[in-house]
Order: sequence, then structure tokens, then C-alpha cells
Amino acid sequence: MADTAYEKVKAARAAKRPTASDYIRGMLTDFVELHGDRRFADDKAIVAGLARLGGRSITVIGIEKGHSAKERVAHAFGAPNPEGYRKALRLMKQAEKFRRPVLCLVDTSGAFCGIGAEERGQGQAIAECLNELSALKTPVISVIIGEGGSGGALALSLADEVWMLENSIYSVISPEGCASILWKDASKAETAAQYLRLTAQDALELGIIDRIIPEDGLGDDIFFTRLRAVLSGRFQALCAASAEELLERRYARFRSIGAENAQ
Amino acid sequence: MAILDFLFQPKNELEEGGRSALPAQADESEPEKVCPNCHKSIPLSRIWAEQNLCSCGYHFRMNARQRLAITADAGTFAPLFDEVSSSDPLSFPGYRKKLETTQVSSRENEAVICGTARIEGEECCLFIMEPYFMMGSMGSAVGERITRLFEYATERRLPVVGFTVSGGARMQEGLVSLMQMAKTSAAVRRHSDAGLFYLTVLTDPTTGGVTASFAMEGDIILAEPGAVVGFAGARVIEQTTRKALPKGFQTAEFLLDHGFIDAIAPRRTQKKLISQLLSMHREARDNG
Ligand SMILES: [Zn+2]
Repeated sequence: MADTAYEKVKAARAAKRPTASDYIRGMLTDFVELHGDRRFADDKAIVAGLARLGGRSITVIGIEKGHSAKERVAHAFGAPNPEGYRKALRLMKQAEKFRRPVLCLVDTSGAFCGIGAEERGQGQAIAECLNELSALKTPVISVIIGEGGSGGALALSLADEVWMLENSIYSVISPEGCASILWKDASKAETAAQYLRLTAQDALELGIIDRIIPEDGLGDDIFFTRLRAVLSGRFQALCAASAEELLERRYARFRSIGAENAQ
Repeated sequence: MAILDFLFQPKNELEEGGRSALPAQADESEPEKVCPNCHKSIPLSRIWAEQNLCSCGYHFRMNARQRLAITADAGTFAPLFDEVSSSDPLSFPGYRKKLETTQVSSRENEAVICGTARIEGEECCLFIMEPYFMMGSMGSAVGERITRLFEYATERRLPVVGFTVSGGARMQEGLVSLMQMAKTSAAVRRHSDAGLFYLTVLTDPTTGGVTASFAMEGDIILAEPGAVVGFAGARVIEQTTRKALPKGFQTAEFLLDHGFIDAIAPRRTQKKLISQLLSMHREARDNG
């Protein structure tokens, strides 16, 4: 059980923690993986496709970190390139066309940091995800299962509901990055983690997320069965709303964050 | 159309003419600045009088009021949402103090100014970010002001012109600042869905969460010559990849080459280009 903010950071990053593929295997059936952004490449940091959640067909988009060193390299440590966000974007638009709900499984320390990522418009790719998700006429639920690192995580989290696992984190900057800016000393990450209020409990208090998923039996059958039931229930409720209602509520959800401090 | 005519009143002499209106007389004690491009020393007053340009063409950074003075028609700017201020949602140690000292040193109360204005007669909503206010970082006040501006523009069927400069999200506001990327993007989208025109001018530097939201969401995206525009910081990329960065990496010219901006807009001809683009979108607005 992780108690301090930094213990949660470590728990969220642990290599044995279930990744997006584990959730897809454990919770969904009939998964068909769909590849590529139709623009440049297929980004292995994002695993996405069609699946069934109970009786309902959904589009699932997960950021995959992998477990072993070999897997982690293959999935670029769960750091998507622009083509990963553009694959996600393509599948979101496809889900909208068929009015299929979208489930995003978020687990990244951040969008990929590299020369190619900048050449291919990392900022533009994330902005386009945000822009499209804000108007996507189908229900979207995002679950932060491990690390929710900055804009690279937010790109898949402009959703009708945002949930976090009990020991996941969601932050504008890594505690190490924050510590090196504040004290030029990354080893003070523990203090920075506290300042940033990046735990699921903090995010719920700040009104950023809607639900915390307990981690009892994390990764076992009962855990996934329970999560599937909660997701099915919420998708059913969201699917009952008209597209207009859905978008109005989604807009209001984000509109209110940080709006209270003015006349 | 007539809403602007009775609203303008300069708040102070800066807004009236900006610092660029200072006479270009150099006395011996006057501070000088070295141009990073041609390495000449230039008296500050001369830089200010020349729209912060060096004779070699180098574009110096400029504060929001100076930019307002060279962009909006004299006396047409009517500020909006000045009352929206920063909060300290995380009770982040040192943040309140930092805000107070920045407010004094920058003479601004936040990192963006918003309002309505005319640009060569063309009516628009205008936002200009302030590099000298915590490097134009986006906290809840910046996000809220920009969101309100887009909502205001959507209601009144006005185009939006925005000058961006930002180091990214404001760390001290944590997740609340991150969410401003989502909030502003949603407001931009509604404005766009109403068939209205949004023009961004990226200035040095535009990075992080601002690049990954409203800066890159313009119908037309311009950038000033040499402006650094990117998502991740160049130093971070260099440290992570341990590779030499290509020449001109993340400059406006680099983005133009890679297809991410429409054109480079030098400061001297910017106003004319903006007004021309606004006028070419007037029909869309009137037909809406
Ligand atoms: Zn020069």
C-alpha cells in the first residue's frame, strides 16, 4: 500500500503493474488490434482497436509501456510519437462514425521527447486530439491506470468521465522535472511530488477526476470483472444521452476547472 | 459593429503609445543591448522605436503592451477579463509571493491581455501573451481569460487574433493548469464550429502546453522570423537523445519546412497581413 505521494509515484511506475494490454486481455473480449495513422507509421506506444466490453462493441485506445526491458523498448516506454496520437485520432473519428463508445487507458510518463517527434508536430498532434475529443459525438471514458504524464496523457483524457487507479498519478510535470526547476536538484523529487498534488486522491479533491478505482487484487480476475461492470454501467448511462447533451456536459466539465477565481 | 466606439480609454501611457513611443535619443548613460544575430550594440530606446527590430532584421522579444501598440489601431483596444486573476489552487509553496513580485516587475496582473480591437479597421477579439510574466506560462487565469475571449467572440460572431508566447503550463498550479489546455481547446472548437476565423501568430518562444493546445489550433498559423516553436524543450531533447540537434531546430523556418505553419510574418508587415486575412474572412462571418 502506497502512502506518501512519492510512494504512489513509484507504485504507478512499477514494472509489474498491469499495462494497457493486460486490461484489454483481462477485461475485454474479441479484441482486434488496428494499426497505423494512415499518415506516417504505426506507433507501438499505442495499442488500439475494437473489442467487446460485456455485450457492447467499443473502441479501445491504450498507451502501452510493456513489462520486460525488451517489451519496454519495443513500446518506446509508453511515450507516444505524433503518429501514435494520430492513430488514436483516426480511431476516435471512426468510433464517432459508428457511435461506438471509446475507452482510453492512459499510462505514460509523457509524449515522446525527440527530434523526429518535433519534426512531425508533437504539439500539433496533441492539440488536434484535444480539439477533436472536445467535440466527439460518442461517449468517452478515460482511465489513468499508471502514470498520467502531462500533455501526453491529457491528449487521451478529454473525456466524459476521467477515472484513476488508486495508486496512479496524474501531473503537469514529473516530480523530478519539478525538483530540478525549483532546486536544480532532481533528487528532491519526493518533496516535489507532495507539492504537485498528483495522487488520485488529490485529483479527486481538485475536481479533476470523477472516480477512484480501488486496487484490491490489482490485475486478477475479480479485479477486472469488477472494473468491467463499473465501465459497462457508466457506458450504458452515457450512451442513453443525446450527442448534444453529451457534448454540453463534457464542455461544462472542463469549463469549470480553474474558473472560480474570477468575479 | 459600434460596440467599440465608446469603450476605448487608455488605461495608462503604456497602452496609449507603448514603450516604443519613447524618443530615440541616446545619451551616454543609456543601456544598450547586443543583437544576438549581428552582434551590434543598440541603445534600448532605438530598439523600442523600431518595433524591437535590429537593422539586420533580428526580432527582439517584446512585451504585450508594446505589441498591442504596434498591432491595434490607436485607441481601439477595449480590454476584457482583466479582473480574472490567478489563484493558488495547490497552495504551492512560494507561488503567491512569486505572483506578487511578478505583478510588480511586469506591471501586468497575468500572462495574457485580452480585449476587442480594430486592426487597420478590421474588428476582432485579440489576445496577446506576456513573455515577462512568468514566461507566459498558462495557469488558470490565462486559461480562463482565453476561454472567455473565445466564448465572447462566438457570441458576437467575431474573429480571434492571438499572439502566443509561452514556456508552457504553469507548474505551480499543477493539474489545474494542465486542464486549461483542454478548456481552451474546447472553446476554440466551439468558435470554429460556428464558422468563425481564428488566426494565431506564434512568437518567440511558444512551447509546451500552449503549443499543444490553442497555439496550433488556428485556421491560419503565422510565426515571427526566428521564433522558437516546439513542444519539448530543445535542451531536454538534447539531454534525452544525446544527439546534436539539426540546424535551426524548432525555429519558425523549421516549422514552415515541416508543414506546421502557414507563413512567416515579419513584424514590419504583420499588421497589414493580419488585417488582410481578417477582411478576407468577413464574408464567412456575415453569412453565419
Ligand atoms: Zn542585428
